[in-house]
Amino acid sequence: MSVIAPNFKLSEFIKSILDNVFWFLLIFTLIGIPAVMFILFYIEMPVIDGELLTPFLALTWLADPSRSIPILKAFMATDLFRIAAFPGFGFAALLAAGTIFVERKMLAKLQLRVGPFYCGKVEGILQLMGDGLKLISKEIIIPAKADKPLFWAAPVLFVATAAAFVALIPVAPGWVVADLDVGLLAVFAVIGFFPIITILSAWSANSKFPFIGGIRALYQMVSFEIPLILSLLGVVILTGTLNLSEITASQSSFPWIIFLPIGAIVFFITMLAELERIPFDLPEAESEIVAGWLTEFSGMMYGLVQLGTYLKLYSFAALFVVLFLGGWNGPMIWPPFPEEIITEGIELGPVTAQFPGLPVFSQEMLNGTIWFVLKTVGVIFFILLPRGVFPRIRVDMLLDLGWKKLIGLAFVNIFIALGLLYAGILGPGGIL
Amino acid sequence: MSSPTLPPGLAIQKADERIMTLNVGPQHPGSGHMRIIVQIDGDYIVACDPDPGYVHRGEEKMAEYRNYTLNVPHLERPVIHDSCNILYPYVLAAEELLGLEIPERAKYIRVIASELNRCIYTQYWLAIYGIFLGHSTMFMWPAGDRELLIDLMEKMTGARVTHSYFIPGGIRNDLPANFEDVCLRQVNYFEKRIKEYADVFYNNPILISRTEKTGVLTRENAIKLGTTGSVLRASGVDYDVRKKEPYDVYDELDFETNVMKDGDSYARSRIPWLDMMESCRIIRNALQKMPKSGSVRVKLKPNPKGELGSVYKRIESGRGALGCYIVSDKKVEPYRVKLSVPSFRNLIALPHLLIGEKLGNMPSVYWSLNYWPVEADR
Repeated sequence: MSVIAPNFKLSEFIKSILDNVFWFLLIFTLIGIPAVMFILFYIEMPVIDGELLTPFLALTWLADPSRSIPILKAFMATDLFRIAAFPGFGFAALLAAGTIFVERKMLAKLQLRVGPFYCGKVEGILQLMGDGLKLISKEIIIPAKADKPLFWAAPVLFVATAAAFVALIPVAPGWVVADLDVGLLAVFAVIGFFPIITILSAWSANSKFPFIGGIRALYQMVSFEIPLILSLLGVVILTGTLNLSEITASQSSFPWIIFLPIGAIVFFITMLAELERIPFDLPEAESEIVAGWLTEFSGMMYGLVQLGTYLKLYSFAALFVVLFLGGWNGPMIWPPFPEEIITEGIELGPVTAQFPGLPVFSQEMLNGTIWFVLKTVGVIFFILLPRGVFPRIRVDMLLDLGWKKLIGLAFVNIFIALGLLYAGILGPGGIL
Repeated sequence: MSSPTLPPGLAIQKADERIMTLNVGPQHPGSGHMRIIVQIDGDYIVACDPDPGYVHRGEEKMAEYRNYTLNVPHLERPVIHDSCNILYPYVLAAEELLGLEIPERAKYIRVIASELNRCIYTQYWLAIYGIFLGHSTMFMWPAGDRELLIDLMEKMTGARVTHSYFIPGGIRNDLPANFEDVCLRQVNYFEKRIKEYADVFYNNPILISRTEKTGVLTRENAIKLGTTGSVLRASGVDYDVRKKEPYDVYDELDFETNVMKDGDSYARSRIPWLDMMESCRIIRNALQKMPKSGSVRVKLKPNPKGELGSVYKRIESGRGALGCYIVSDKKVEPYRVKLSVPSFRNLIALPHLLIGEKLGNMPSVYWSLNYWPVEADR
């Protein structure tokens, strides 16, 4: 008898498994197969190399995997792939997960600790997965007097807004989910959503500490949005476009941070405030107001807010890279051999090695992605660093910084940009 | 309007009132085992009512049922991370009642243990001060460096936290062999480490702008309210029991007291840090002057009886002047033991300091009072 489950019986366990198998087979035959036939009847299957894609053809891929490359390419051209996987949510979530791990390890090294160590054998690399499992398995407690629909909606809206932000970031030439002509304006619009969601969740919790935290978040985000927008105007003046891909392409010879360092600094500081990171983590100041507007969240609701926060962190870092550090531009380092080798094959004595279907990605895209990721990780590192060095600042100091100093500096930045434009050095028709 | 029968934190308030009442604690990361009832108007604190008493353990009553030696282990429980210092006045008073003359070496070892324990306490306090200001590095560094001295105390006393090292008649056991060298090395390294805190914490511009001119306690108010220790010295009063009423061998040692004039949170947080460096100096000095051998303990009779009378002794603990008053009626147990603790005296200043401050200053002002809730409740 097992101590953990005293009523456990092997025969009943096997019976329950057989039951499940039976029901699965029954439902699959009665509903599944007709449904699949129905779908196959209506949906046009892709034609690959003059052959109609059938399940039997799919089996032949096992013999020659290179034959599956065309369908892979076809899939990668779809919007679904872009939204869910590469420049969109999956890529950003991967980077966000890496950020959490790096943050914990780096902070631990700074504070003479070890950090996550046991989970995943190698330096606690699976700690995040363990934390996620724990959050999922926890009970979700809703305060009795909360406004329940709003309270439920807030974490979901938060993640959705952060994901919308991710969709606007161009990662490589042509690789962006939503390539808008007013991309930067869309970014401002998305950023404008965060304080609304924060105050909604704080208000709907109907509790004192979330309320104070929400009000603080509102102050902070609204007052820092103005210097944020003003600090980016310099770039818009010099490029003459709001399209983020075009702004990135305009930096092929030099990044804008060389000419607009003040704008970059102002944007970085406002970024820290928008992200509620130390030293601007007033809305979550734990020694004053418990966890601020996150106080009443429990279980996966809290996990969702954290996911949204780190997606937001990635997006802001990526926006900094796109606007000031030149985005995907950089010397060609990957792949380390010319593209012709793949397309035309390598001559190995009498034999020529061919790679049919390759390359899956163009060389420009791979190289651009690598530069983009490298720069983004660098910016994220500088976002994480103040957490180990600074204490939290106070609300009045925060507002003083936002309204008096940063707005003034942002205007100085705009004047520099205008000066460069009218002197004919930069911008449309400039000498550089 | 709140009902007069209920305490202020429990009274039901109207939702449309401008003043919001916050219960900070006892379930709050920014309080200890206590509650601060704070009323805020926007971001400003308009009323503050500290409400200690959640961890009252009746130590003083318990002391009336045990003899002078058995009182030692439980009397150190209120401040386990400053356990030598909270026992010190009790042991001094008990020795006078029992008529004991303790050996010279034991006095020096007591001073060393007391100063080491002051550093251990202050490191713990500083760690929490750091995290109260949102500075997580300042939480981890003191908590880690504290281990150095805890290991030293473990070598000395056999226990990491609750040492029960001072007993009426001297100390429980002599130092281990080679202790002087180890102690000197650890203390020197420790001093080097705490000097590094200035770079990351005490000279940090954000920290200075946050804590300067907040919660100012003037010299007159500090004396009137009866504060002690670092709070009093931060307000410009040069008062240290070790200097004013030297006990054991403090009059033979070479040290200074640190005084700052500002009386704000920053001064109150800097004084204990400076005191740790003084402690290191005292330890080095005491190690030099200590007799290298000799007895460390007077043999006691089983169940010694105190003389008729009462004794009051004071020492300087990590938080301030800590007194112990023992009344004896010629029995095996003391008739009454009263601990006069610095935490409770310093807490009295809290409502005066917090009114008119911003809510964000509450943790830094509260913890800069060098308050330990368990000690205040006893």
